[in-house]
Amino acid sequence: MSAVTSESPTFGRRLAGFARVLISPRGAVFLLLIVLLVAITVLNPSFADPSQLIRFVQRVAPVAIVAIGQYFVIVGGEFDLSMGSVVTAQVVIAGNLIGQNDANSIPVLLFMLAFGAFIGLVNGLIVSFLKVPSFIVTLGMMLALLGATLYWTGGAATGNPADSFRQIGRGGIRDLPVIDILPWSVVILVVVLAVAVWFARRPFGRTIIALGDNPTAARFSGTRSWWVKTSTFIISSLSATVAGVLLVGYAGVHPSVGRGYEFTAITAVVLGGVVLGGGRGWVVAAAAGAFALEALFTLLNFAGVPSTYRDAVQGAIIILAVAYAATTFRARRRGRALETSPVASTGAKGPDPNPDPAHPAPNPSTQRADNETKGGS
Amino acid sequence: MSTTTTPAPTPARRGRRRLDASLIVGIALIGVIVIGAILVASVGRNFFSAGNIRDILTGMSVLGFVAIGQTFVILCASLDLSVPYVVSLSSLIAADLMAGNPANIPIAVLAVLAFAVIVGLANGLIVSKLRVNGFIATLGTGLIIKGYLDTNYKGTSGLVPPEFQYIGATGVGPVPISTIIMLAVAVVAAFYLARTRTGNHMFAVGGNEQVARLSGIRTARPLIVAHVLCSVTAALAGLLLASRLGVGSPTVGTQGGYDLLSIAAVVLGGTLLMGGRGSIWGTIGGVAIFAVVDNVMSVMQVNPFLKDVVRGIVIVAAVAVYTARVTERRRPRFTASGATDASGGGIARGEGPGGGNAGVGTTAVERSQEEQS
Repeated sequence: MSAVTSESPTFGRRLAGFARVLISPRGAVFLLLIVLLVAITVLNPSFADPSQLIRFVQRVAPVAIVAIGQYFVIVGGEFDLSMGSVVTAQVVIAGNLIGQNDANSIPVLLFMLAFGAFIGLVNGLIVSFLKVPSFIVTLGMMLALLGATLYWTGGAATGNPADSFRQIGRGGIRDLPVIDILPWSVVILVVVLAVAVWFARRPFGRTIIALGDNPTAARFSGTRSWWVKTSTFIISSLSATVAGVLLVGYAGVHPSVGRGYEFTAITAVVLGGVVLGGGRGWVVAAAAGAFALEALFTLLNFAGVPSTYRDAVQGAIIILAVAYAATTFRARRRGRALETSPVASTGAKGPDPNPDPAHPAPNPSTQRADNETKGGS
Repeated sequence: MSTTTTPAPTPARRGRRRLDASLIVGIALIGVIVIGAILVASVGRNFFSAGNIRDILTGMSVLGFVAIGQTFVILCASLDLSVPYVVSLSSLIAADLMAGNPANIPIAVLAVLAFAVIVGLANGLIVSKLRVNGFIATLGTGLIIKGYLDTNYKGTSGLVPPEFQYIGATGVGPVPISTIIMLAVAVVAAFYLARTRTGNHMFAVGGNEQVARLSGIRTARPLIVAHVLCSVTAALAGLLLASRLGVGSPTVGTQGGYDLLSIAAVVLGGTLLMGGRGSIWGTIGGVAIFAVVDNVMSVMQVNPFLKDVVRGIVIVAAVAVYTARVTERRRPRFTASGATDASGGGIARGEGPGGGNAGVGTTAVERSQEEQS
């Protein structure tokens, strides 16, 4: 929350507030990211080179975009496990339908967006109206979509979209002064992030968070739950589609592109301090989680850790990061829970996730007393 | 909770509720079997032939083990995504330690179980003490084990002596030994849930941890026990796979997709993903549905990729049919006796006026306090 620091009166308090945010679970991901980036730079000074950094951002872009999409689903209290399969399906669709014909690019792109929205719509409607847990719906969608994609391609890599289409993922604005090249994926990432931040601050975005926080209360306050919930799935599928478009250019067409993205995205979102079960989290932190995760992999690469240990380190880091967040929440709550908790938690915490800039200090997340019950699924 | 003054559910609702979870799963299973039998008959094969039944039961056994353990964990409102890696590493440990010598079987089995207990303890402690969400905690431990597997094993390893392979290969009539063992484990697990204190506490903790704690339950213990049991049953699945393959394999768990499939089977069996309600027999029914669907598709020689499509649709459709009946009224667990008429918990979900008071940030504890007053 940059607002926290900018509104504080004195420099000292500003700094203290900033430090507090950095140490708080919500800001910890930024701290982690900075530490990782510094560590990478120490190991490999050329990483700090602007052109290298921008390459890094380009590499993270698909993951970050998927994480942003996943953020909306998770903060709304659900899961989307089908994202990886959507990415795969979109990559294969692009590869097969566009072919070497530039003229196909736009129609197929539109078709892909429609297809993504359709998948999200199906997920969302099943979750909302058939009351099937999202974990199961999207798991089924993941199996079905991946199976259908592989059936279509026969399990092999097929198709190769026109180069102009692949430029979206691999090309960029060339011959810039400092950074040399500004890849399109970075531009797209920035746009997606900006739209996501804007969207999350709009009433609708706040309704999503309210719904994830307490569905009953959201329903009683007049939320059209089904549409809010469905829209989060549409958003996540669309973001997977965008990631797929980028990956076509960056990684090429292969049915294994996108595999495991759902878990990577969930990991990134959780690293960003977003609480599984919904109701709490910041979309920028979710994107930062994706950056931190990718930075971690880069660091392991540079540190010469065998690639097979990547997973192990990733696993350990996730557990530690989440444990840190969870225990900090708990410790803070213990401090004040006895006297003020009921008032604070019913009064201040509403559909509004972002504290009013005029009241900088408390992190809204810490006011909730029911951390422990939010977890299950 | 029992002092709630809200009107009791209407008799009609009560009556429908009696159609409990396992029963619906049983009906679904019969439906799947009937449809399957017709489809199989349409290609001129006999669904009920001894060989086919044997195939189905064999297909049930491995997923059955994993799903039994997963039931414990899900009942406690957690998840275990580390099972496929536990399965793989168990098969490797077993095959390596046995090294073709029957005398080593007891040691190998004990070592595998010890390994599973350690993993389960780690999962349980991370979830209960460090307060990490079960999804993330077990994803993390799973990745750690995966790192170990990828680093130390390049392919299959070890050798299982023929004596141990019999477990996976022989049977009584059309019923394989492995399935009998699995069902025996299921009986023990069901007994454990229904009759022991920790078993009952699992329902309580999964249903509402805060209320469980306020009722004087040590909430950590059931959770840890559930994770340990889950890892142990996953290890049993690993042993069974080792016995079937004759070697240990680092990919056998992930290839089976046991993490997500077991969760799907558990939910298919009527256990709530949010915890607190469910049964072992429902889970076994869910596993059986999977096994029958898989079997019908292999008999009909469906394209392997299309199998996944069908599987996905079946999962969602089955759970949809099921939840259409159950979600409205979720809490009551101990229905028969009046001792814990837990319908108060259901009210907070919006069944009665109690839910209306629950403010946005009101915690479950506060809610329950409101209801008590």
